[in-house]
Amino acid sequence: MDTYEQVKNVIVDKLGVEADKVTPEARFVEDLGADSLETVELIMGLEDQFGVTISDEAAENIRTVQAAVDYIGSQQ
Amino acid sequence: MDIKRVVITGLGPVSPIGLGASTFAAAQRAGKSGVGPITHFDASMCRAQIAGEVHDDLSPYIEAREGKKLDRYVQLALAAAELAVKDSGFSKEDLAGERTGTLVGSGIGGMKTFEDQAKLMVERGPSRISPLFIPMMIANMATGHVAMRFGATGPSSTVVTACATGSGAIGDASRIIQLGLADVMLAGGAEAAITGLSIGGFGNMHALTASHNNDPERASRPFAASRDGFVLGEGGAVVVLEELEHAKKRGATIYAEVVGYGTSADAYHITMPAPEGRGAQIAMRQALKSGGVNPEQVGYINAHGTSTPANDLNETLAIKSVYGDHAYKLAISSTKSMTGHLLGAAGAMEAIAVAQALHDGILPPTINLAGDLDPELDLDFIPEGAREQRVDYAMSNSFAFGGQNAVLVFKRWAE
Repeated sequence: MDTYEQVKNVIVDKLGVEADKVTPEARFVEDLGADSLETVELIMGLEDQFGVTISDEAAENIRTVQAAVDYIGSQQ
Repeated sequence: MDIKRVVITGLGPVSPIGLGASTFAAAQRAGKSGVGPITHFDASMCRAQIAGEVHDDLSPYIEAREGKKLDRYVQLALAAAELAVKDSGFSKEDLAGERTGTLVGSGIGGMKTFEDQAKLMVERGPSRISPLFIPMMIANMATGHVAMRFGATGPSSTVVTACATGSGAIGDASRIIQLGLADVMLAGGAEAAITGLSIGGFGNMHALTASHNNDPERASRPFAASRDGFVLGEGGAVVVLEELEHAKKRGATIYAEVVGYGTSADAYHITMPAPEGRGAQIAMRQALKSGGVNPEQVGYINAHGTSTPANDLNETLAIKSVYGDHAYKLAISSTKSMTGHLLGAAGAMEAIAVAQALHDGILPPTINLAGDLDPELDLDFIPEGAREQRVDYAMSNSFAFGGQNAVLVFKRWAE
């Protein structure tokens, strides 16, 4: 499974959203309805999935699905 | 000050013997047991391996997305609140605003969430704890979520008095209406503590029966000679409490009036009841007095009746002390014989049972008692099955670990 598909699965699991709503340009808060706690939950889920550490500063800038995919790519 | 009258106009039981008022009533009449082998976790290492689980699908009341963020105890509370509101004839819009209040207690709160996250803490350290851990686990979240769901911004609080929670919540909520601070209160309790930590803890207190793992439906046997512990149950129970004139104006079905409420502390021991139920007696007398009810007017008691040796003996002694000779004319039964002990939801579930008994003129039985009578407990515990009998006043007892007692007195509704 490629990074995008894995990220998508984590989002579907942590935010409980329909898979077809998860597009590269979808924003976690505005489009997928995540609140601040769910956003933290999502970032932790990505850390677990990919074995990376995402700092609070980095997390601040991860606001879309594509941003998450890009950040994880840059860390691997 | 003008004291308002409080009536029950909506019933929302989510119990091991059924979900919704009519299912719950029918199950009580049939003397159904909701106790079975534990399926929520692998209980094969536990002394007690049975419980009263709720197997109904909660998805009609909880969206999948919302469910991920809610401990089971909150889910049970929300389902109960939805059912109670539907039964009352209110729409959601009717309840928005500050004239509706919320008071839904829990004995423990989010036990499963606590357990899962504690395990994570040990295995992977504090950095992996879910940011939703605290808001899922804390014991006031059932109240919080019920308020959010209905937009109810009126008086709000949470009772946490272990096994007396449900009665305390209904009593405290009634007082809020009596004082004119709200027209409607969504009140009750919820508990979902069928987990390894909880069954292990209660089991090692020897509070749970461990003798009927192969005969679960016969395990909860309040007032029986062979009783040797309670059966843990789970559930949610919410009632719609309403100021009388408010209820009459909209032509609501009135199940019963809440007339008396008493509380007390044993001030004796963490888990053992005070000898002769002395603390319980104080709460029972106060409940009668606060409603202006004479003991002789009471026809039915829904007992705390847990099926532990100590509770059932001391409760019987307390009833005899408070009611004197009239104790022998009372019909008494334990809902827990059918549902198991729902801890923080028990008092509210039993308030629903009492409201139905008064309204329908049918007293629920104590199951698993016939053929196993305790000569020391010589009152009428309705062992033979549900009984058609109209009574005017009924009492519901709830006594807690910690020695806290909460007792409600209800009146059959008649114009």
